[in-house]
Amino acid sequence: MASSSPSEPQRPLSPNIQLYRPQLTSVLSILNRLTGILLSIAAIALVIWLLAAAAGPQAYAIVQAALASWTGQVILFGCTFAFFLHFFGGIRHLVWDTVHGFELRTIYMSGWAVVAASIVMTAVAWIASVYIGR
Amino acid sequence: MERDDMRTPLARAIGLGSAKDGVHHWRMQRVSAIALVPLTVWFIAAIIAQTEAEYTAFVAWMRNPITDILMGLLLIALFYHAALGLQVVVEDYVHSGAKFAAVIAVRLACFTLGAAGILATLRIAAGS
Repeated sequence: MASSSPSEPQRPLSPNIQLYRPQLTSVLSILNRLTGILLSIAAIALVIWLLAAAAGPQAYAIVQAALASWTGQVILFGCTFAFFLHFFGGIRHLVWDTVHGFELRTIYMSGWAVVAASIVMTAVAWIASVYIGR
Repeated sequence: MERDDMRTPLARAIGLGSAKDGVHHWRMQRVSAIALVPLTVWFIAAIIAQTEAEYTAFVAWMRNPITDILMGLLLIALFYHAALGLQVVVEDYVHSGAKFAAVIAVRLACFTLGAAGILATLRIAAGS
């Protein structure tokens, strides 16, 4: 514990994240940051994909095969969901920047809307992809 | 005393002035986010349409000038947004002297990846 010298007043400590009960608000906030980091890593894959296409058909075929593999598809699916969570979560943040939607009820409604929209859009994207791939 | 500046009494007493770019980072994070809304929607839709595309079909799509321009804009906005966001993550968790090095590394990595992506896009478009 911090020693309380006269020059250092005792201030309340912020809630410890390991002890605090997870709430939709805090979980979505953490997920927005986590998906941001994850999508930054996915952006490296996007550049590799473009570089492979620029290098020629052989290199492109290798990357396409990796993406079409079982692991590649699972990672792509995860990235799709992470993208939509960050996308809709980001739009929620942009709305907050206009100083709207801070009431407790509205915050929970917009939070669940982000979750629902992310699930629906991930499903729509993959159903469309499977349909076109046939 | 002039009260129209936003500094705290302590900042005014120390008198170092403002860093002049405090709001810039925050604002550019939003500007890049707004740019990414239509760009990522286009990208996802275009990639779905390209599912299992052969190399020739993919290159033909990439040679369309509209694709080229949108891909270039996407890469700029994406890596700018990533650099700004990752910088905040670094600043929140790295408190040692490594913080400065980590922020520089994030910036250089994002700049390099963005430049590599744009150059690859141009090479495909030019048909090397």
